[in-house]
Amino acid sequence: MSHHLPEISDEPVIAEVIAHTNFLVSTGATGTRFLKEIRDNKKIMGLKCPGCSKVHVPPRLHCPTCFVKMTEWVELSGKGSLTSYTVVRYQEPYMPKEPPYAYGVIQMDGADTGLAHFLGEVDLDKIKIGMRLEPVFKEEREGSILDIDYFKPSS
Amino acid sequence: MAERIAIVGVGQTIHKSRRPDVTTAELCAEAVEAALADAQMTMKDIDHVVLGSFEVADGYFNPDKWIIPEIGAVGKAGFEIQNVGTTGGVTAAASFNLAATGMFDAVLCLAWQKMDEAAGAFSRGGGGANEYWMGQFPMSPITNFARRAYSYIDRSGCTEEHIAMVRVKQDQCAMKNPCAQLRLGLTIEKVMNDVLLAWPIRRLHMCPTTAGAAAVIVCPEARAKKVTDKPVWVEDWFTCHQGGALTMAEDPTASTLRYACDVVYKRCGITNPLKEIQAWEVYEPASPAELRWMEEVGICDDYTAWKLFEQGKVGIDKEIPFNPSGGVTATNPIGCTPVVRLVEAALQVRGDAGEHQIPGKIERALATGYGGQGENVIMMLRKTA
Repeated sequence: MSHHLPEISDEPVIAEVIAHTNFLVSTGATGTRFLKEIRDNKKIMGLKCPGCSKVHVPPRLHCPTCFVKMTEWVELSGKGSLTSYTVVRYQEPYMPKEPPYAYGVIQMDGADTGLAHFLGEVDLDKIKIGMRLEPVFKEEREGSILDIDYFKPSS
Repeated sequence: MAERIAIVGVGQTIHKSRRPDVTTAELCAEAVEAALADAQMTMKDIDHVVLGSFEVADGYFNPDKWIIPEIGAVGKAGFEIQNVGTTGGVTAAASFNLAATGMFDAVLCLAWQKMDEAAGAFSRGGGGANEYWMGQFPMSPITNFARRAYSYIDRSGCTEEHIAMVRVKQDQCAMKNPCAQLRLGLTIEKVMNDVLLAWPIRRLHMCPTTAGAAAVIVCPEARAKKVTDKPVWVEDWFTCHQGGALTMAEDPTASTLRYACDVVYKRCGITNPLKEIQAWEVYEPASPAELRWMEEVGICDDYTAWKLFEQGKVGIDKEIPFNPSGGVTATNPIGCTPVVRLVEAALQVRGDAGEHQIPGKIERALATGYGGQGENVIMMLRKTA
């Protein structure tokens, strides 16, 4: 079997096609409540499944296991444990921070799921899986998951 | 040998221009809950899911990651597919194919679009068979359907007023459909005086942007008969690509609809479509397209459909019950829209369409999906096995 590539005498023309748009993502009634509690009250809330009793943070409307609506809101302390993490040391467009920085998945006390967030006020070489963390809220909050600035080591 | 298959449950959301109260995944869950309730099944009974979204019109990529947990389908066999406006059609076709293998007891076909989140992205695309030769102009659905409608007027002798008649008929149907998005109480005058986008297309002639989802549950024959006493048999289905507007130089008004219907009619032994098919849910993205589509599905001769509107022959309780739901100019969650057609056609066969039910027995219903500038998906439903 032989392969033939097309012959081209000149530099190939590469056309630039501009396609840029912004998307407005609805967080829904459930996501809105979660974000408003963070914004207005610095509280992290979860939703508890009436079937399997698992607590979801961030919340979702339906339990993925039971496919029933979850309506019981649970207030959490915000403290939790780091279940996994990485330290980012390279730069790409649209990255949220200048490297190096760390982000990880935090399982809140009282929750059965993990929340992804940045880690701060920590020596990047001393992060440990299982370490205790607590949220640091921004002064100016606008209803975003980034109203939590980062999670820091908790005493 | 393929299994005979039937639709045992259908569900759709109420379609609206905006749904900030739900995420895309939660919107999908509404349709799934409705279809499961209709079939009297639970997610446990579903063993394969097929998801369909025209991703760029949502703004999410790999949305299945988010939607699968929200509909309780973690761990189930499944995949997501997309094919512009026909996305729901190929999602349904893939679901039919899977059910017909007999390997699965119940296949859930789910399609959605939440266009309140990314309508701007969609307005740019749509027409390009090739990202460079066509993508630059931009050939949007609006400009493409204007170009095609102008050719239709040129060839058929119909006037802009006839196209307004089509839009009024669509609205009269939508007014009877509680799930339809645009229910406007239109008159010919209102349509004729609407904002002109690209002649002869006025804003009211184009499908709206919609947030909506729809789901259908398909089973092989043995399972279908256990699940429901009102199975809607999927007699045949066919998907057909054209390759965008560049290949349409010969007849700018035509799509692959005629070809695709001919294939299915032949296989089903249909020789007189208007007599043998009692309900039509044909994906018409713009009012003037409905005229050409009626000709292409074999209801009337080329360039004569406008006369049927002039004679008042088209409507839910008329000689030609075309798009009794109000169709796509009333409701268009784009990638989901073919599944809406399928849901509506199945309800017509069952006699469950409510106020927009076509009177008399519906033995056959034709639902289609349309996308790009000519792709079509044909879905033929039947009452008797």
